[in-house]
Amino acid sequence: MADASELYELKGLSKRYTRGKETVAIFDGLDMTISQGDFIAIMGPSGSGKTTLLNLLGGIDKPSSGEVLFEGQRIDNLSQGRLAKWRAKNAGFIFQFYNLMPTLTAAQNVELPLLLTNLSGKARKERVKTALDIVGMVDRAGHRPGQLSGGQQQRVAIARAIVADPKVLLADEPTGDLDRTTADEILQTLQLLNKELGKTIIMVTHDPEAASYAARELHLNKGRFEEKGKV
Amino acid sequence: MNDATLIRKNLFRKRLRAILLMVSILVAFLIFGVLGALQNAFSMGSGTAAQERLVTVNRINFTVALPYAYWGRIQQVEGVRNAAPASWFGGYYQEPQNFVQSFAVDPETYLAAYPTEIVLPPEERAAFLEGRTCAVVGRALANQYDWSTGDRIPLMSNIWQNTDGSQAWELDICGVFDDTEGTYPTNYLMLHYEYFNESLLFGRDSFHWITINTTDPALNDQVSQDIDALFANSSAETSTTTEAAFNEAFMEQFGNIGLILTWVIGAAFATILMIVGTTMVMAVNERTREIAVLKTLGFTAPRIFRMVLWESLLLSFIGGLIGLGLASLAAAAASGALAGFLPAFGLSLTNIVTALILMAALGIVTGILPAYNAMQVRISEALGKI
Repeated sequence: MADASELYELKGLSKRYTRGKETVAIFDGLDMTISQGDFIAIMGPSGSGKTTLLNLLGGIDKPSSGEVLFEGQRIDNLSQGRLAKWRAKNAGFIFQFYNLMPTLTAAQNVELPLLLTNLSGKARKERVKTALDIVGMVDRAGHRPGQLSGGQQQRVAIARAIVADPKVLLADEPTGDLDRTTADEILQTLQLLNKELGKTIIMVTHDPEAASYAARELHLNKGRFEEKGKV
Repeated sequence: MNDATLIRKNLFRKRLRAILLMVSILVAFLIFGVLGALQNAFSMGSGTAAQERLVTVNRINFTVALPYAYWGRIQQVEGVRNAAPASWFGGYYQEPQNFVQSFAVDPETYLAAYPTEIVLPPEERAAFLEGRTCAVVGRALANQYDWSTGDRIPLMSNIWQNTDGSQAWELDICGVFDDTEGTYPTNYLMLHYEYFNESLLFGRDSFHWITINTTDPALNDQVSQDIDALFANSSAETSTTTEAAFNEAFMEQFGNIGLILTWVIGAAFATILMIVGTTMVMAVNERTREIAVLKTLGFTAPRIFRMVLWESLLLSFIGGLIGLGLASLAAAAASGALAGFLPAFGLSLTNIVTALILMAALGIVTGILPAYNAMQVRISEALGKI
């Protein structure tokens, strides 16, 4: 861990869905803290609420009750507009299926989050180049997603996630669509971002090998966390 | 890169679809432009009609002649300042397809009827008044047939026969007239009524209409009633209206251009609206996942709404401006050939402003629903999972 100060605090977090007349609780009264510089793998069986939790941490879903605090400020009660601004400033997202814009080049995809900043065109270009350099994709900057392999696309997606220098990276099955070798390369990149740049990473995964790259493993089961300690 | 790049890339992501949509919009605005130009040409006369001018024609129809004696009697009516008789000549030059709009007029009263509209140099005016075989032609007509002052031309009539057995009248072009502000037609020829009347084999001593200038526009209604009352129950009753009403009635021979324009454009736009609107909704639905990603990255809902709306507006304006440009080119190309019959065949500023408003309206109407849908995309539902 690069920094031990608290980044997230979840207080009595509950998420319930209504299916017909039945109310289903995904989790109820969840408490948790995440420190700056953590690299956490969240594991658990299908339907355990891993992705729902990630959505709550990323400010794209709201809890049924409880609080989500980020750097001591509640984000669960922000309006949609303020949440969008919060995401742009604080969170980088990495998707299982990359979700790059097919009509844009790799560099343009990476530049997207910077359109929400006041940076000049020149400064944006420099940032994009740096981000692509970190993931080893500078030489593919002018390629469209369709011209890249899955692993290369995920690298571009990681560059997009880090380009605006967010405080936390939220990754949902980032290697779920990749072969083992490529998956390891991606996970090594994430590990590098955590160790060298101090990025807080919260990763949802089914894959124990992927989870092994994280500093902490949290198993979500029946609405409760079980933590497996790691060195 | 900026939002405009994204808008442009999204619009052209399926190039064929975008081009087909633009072509359909282009066609609608091409129709709008060409019909607008046609309407301008047809409405030119009524637009330049002075308030104080009246026109008296035969009550049956303006193609049915009135007796020559009516001219003198109309001049005696109180409130009439000037009365100018005229007859259709039905002219053509060399070949019947070379139509020449031509009237036999009394030069002095006819020029007096249009003191500001017809601009003729003093020496040419004097020559026209004095020379029996003199004719004056409008600038557009002179340009069309390359006529100039001093030319002698045979003008054929497809209505009348000359006493020499021919249908030709030899005319000396004594002047070329212009209009004051480019709003009065200069696509016709005037010849001496006397010269025309004396050489007619049949139908002498009659005319088709009289243009009347009143002493005060406020007297128009009274003068009209007095003239028509004067010839009531005669063998040739009259109908006197304002010149504007007469011109409009004349143009209605060709059909109600305004109504045709409205219906054709209405049908074209209703079709385009449905096609473009449906396609835009589909195009944005296809991008639900990408919109959810943009929202995840921090793009706000209003910003996404604006981007989709701009995409629709861009589509409408590209298609519309190309269509309007083509209409303008088509009008320019056709105006030369139609100058003799339809002067001012071209797009007006009003046409262009109306078209721009229609483009904006089309873009907004077709874009508002997909833009709203895009704004409403819920990230967690659209992505399933992040």
